Amino acid sequence: MADDHHGPTVRIYLAVFASLMFLTALTVWVAYQELGMFNDVVALGIACTKATIVILFFMHVKYASRLTWLLAGAGILFLLILFAFAMADYVSRGWLGMPASHYLQ
Amino acid sequence: MAITEQDVQASEDAPSVNYLNNGYGLKSWLLTKDHKRIAVLYIISISIFFALGGLFASLVRFELMTPEGDLMSSDTYNKVFSMHGIIMVFFFLVPSIPATIGNFLVPIMVGAKDLAFPRINLLSWYVYVVAGILGTIAVVGGGVDTGWTFYTPYSSTYSNSNVILAAMAAFMAGFSSILTGLNFVVTIHTMRAPGMTWFRLPLFVWSHYATSLIMLLGTPVIAITLVLLMLERGFGFGFFDPNLGGDPVLFQHLFWFYSHPAVYIMILPSMGVMSEMVASVARKRVFGYEFVAFSSVAIAILGFLVWGHHMFVSSQSTYAGMVFSIITFLVAVPSAIKTFNWTATLYKGSIVYDTSMFYVYGYLGLFLVGGLTGLFLSSMGLDIHLHDTYFVVAHFHYIMVGGQVMGYLGGMHFWWPKITGKMFPDIWGRVSALLVFLGFNLTFFPQFILGYMGMPRRYHVYPDEFQVLNVASSLGASILALGYLVPGAYLTWSIFKGPKAPDNPWGAKGLEWETTSPPPTFNFEETPVVTEEAYQYGPIEEH
Repeated sequence: MADDHHGPTVRIYLAVFASLMFLTALTVWVAYQELGMFNDVVALGIACTKATIVILFFMHVKYASRLTWLLAGAGILFLLILFAFAMADYVSRGWLGMPASHYLQ
Repeated sequence: MAITEQDVQASEDAPSVNYLNNGYGLKSWLLTKDHKRIAVLYIISISIFFALGGLFASLVRFELMTPEGDLMSSDTYNKVFSMHGIIMVFFFLVPSIPATIGNFLVPIMVGAKDLAFPRINLLSWYVYVVAGILGTIAVVGGGVDTGWTFYTPYSSTYSNSNVILAAMAAFMAGFSSILTGLNFVVTIHTMRAPGMTWFRLPLFVWSHYATSLIMLLGTPVIAITLVLLMLERGFGFGFFDPNLGGDPVLFQHLFWFYSHPAVYIMILPSMGVMSEMVASVARKRVFGYEFVAFSSVAIAILGFLVWGHHMFVSSQSTYAGMVFSIITFLVAVPSAIKTFNWTATLYKGSIVYDTSMFYVYGYLGLFLVGGLTGLFLSSMGLDIHLHDTYFVVAHFHYIMVGGQVMGYLGGMHFWWPKITGKMFPDIWGRVSALLVFLGFNLTFFPQFILGYMGMPRRYHVYPDEFQVLNVASSLGASILALGYLVPGAYLTWSIFKGPKAPDNPWGAKGLEWETTSPPPTFNFEETPVVTEEAYQYGPIEEH
């Protein structure tokens, strides 16, 4: 395993902390803005950005081996599977045109 | 198998210091970083919870002997079956093989001195114990009545029992298994002995690798789901309550995304146990080694894509149900590969009819029935009739008890001489395997019929015509309980009075049989060098 242990510097930690604080403040500010259908999109976008920063720098994935990248990627892939299959249910619920209970009567 | 004088002599010549006698104080156990001692701590802990969960199962079976609810009220019955499920799933079945036999054997099988993170290993046990204490407080302090599935909106809105405490206990137990899974993945990747390539790994290690992937990828989802449940119940956040903009079926999606793969967390390690035992009792390399190895990984991956089959009669879309149904049929393929390959391994093997073989036969039979009845339930049309009936209860007990517990007990017998350094009486081992097999079938086969006839699960009052089968089931449960108590007795006896075990009592292959019984603290006197494939059984010498 060629695991190089160059961790982030203190300067990077401070920059990450500052960006997380800024994005938190932005989340609060955005919550009071009326963005219509983009309310959730923007909020989730900020949350995903923060999560990415935490994973890359605080959790050292940016500096880790390819195997760690693979496992972290697997985690994200399976999260996407969860979203995709659950959304497939929500999206297709109305396709039948009538409630399933209709067939049970 | 006969133990020769040479074996005993070799064993007596072994270094006198081993992991068991290397320190006797309580501190030497409670602060140990030795994976083998932590495995023993886990064996003791999960045995306590198995007994507690078994007690609740006994109460259920006792109540169901009569059609009237005459032993306990409906509310109490709800709590009893819920606590049986929660304790057995989260505190026994999930950690049972990985945290005990797996903890003991994975480092030895790959030729390492310990797991990659010994302190994290000990931490996992402490997290488990704290979770167990929380769970016990939830039980003693009034119990929980949601069923082990914690379905909303009952758990989030209506139940008056200790839901948050029980959910917190399950949440923490989940973290314990994440830590174990993390340790296994890193150990298997980075600490294999020289020459131990991936395709020389014992299949036990492959199955634990696949299990660990599920633990790492799935357990965080149940953890966060239980947090969402606690937030809604405690603070009124609207995740699952439609009045607050939530969806109760979302809970089922999130819950089963973990909890279906969790079934594979339970069964994959026992499949690994079976692969080792089948090779040993047949004295042959496991037929189609690579297929069996990759089928573990296939089960781990496909197992994540089938959760919707628990939700065919919820408001889940019919189209999503079709997809889940098809993939569920597909997941039967890798399971069937294993079963066929074990059977093919036995074919023309020089089979020894010892305790291990009895457990192998028992496992094959029970897992076969459990697996095939899963196909009934993955058919959407049939599931409408069978959903939430005793058919489902029988099916998952055939997998989770018939398969998993049979594997756990078989594995405990197979590696007992290695773990304790003592032999158990083989005749009693065979008797216990028979008792478990017969008792199990008598308990759960009638439940298939009851379910097919329409008896719903989770009810303690039922029509008179169901009584005969329910009494048969309760009678079987008594035999099954005996099948668990008898090994408890003679295995405990063997620790104090059993003959000393040689290093390799079964003549089996694998690094664990090349070290002493019990192994030294760092497993091997010298780092082993692996020069051959797994299961290279030679010509028969002793029988």
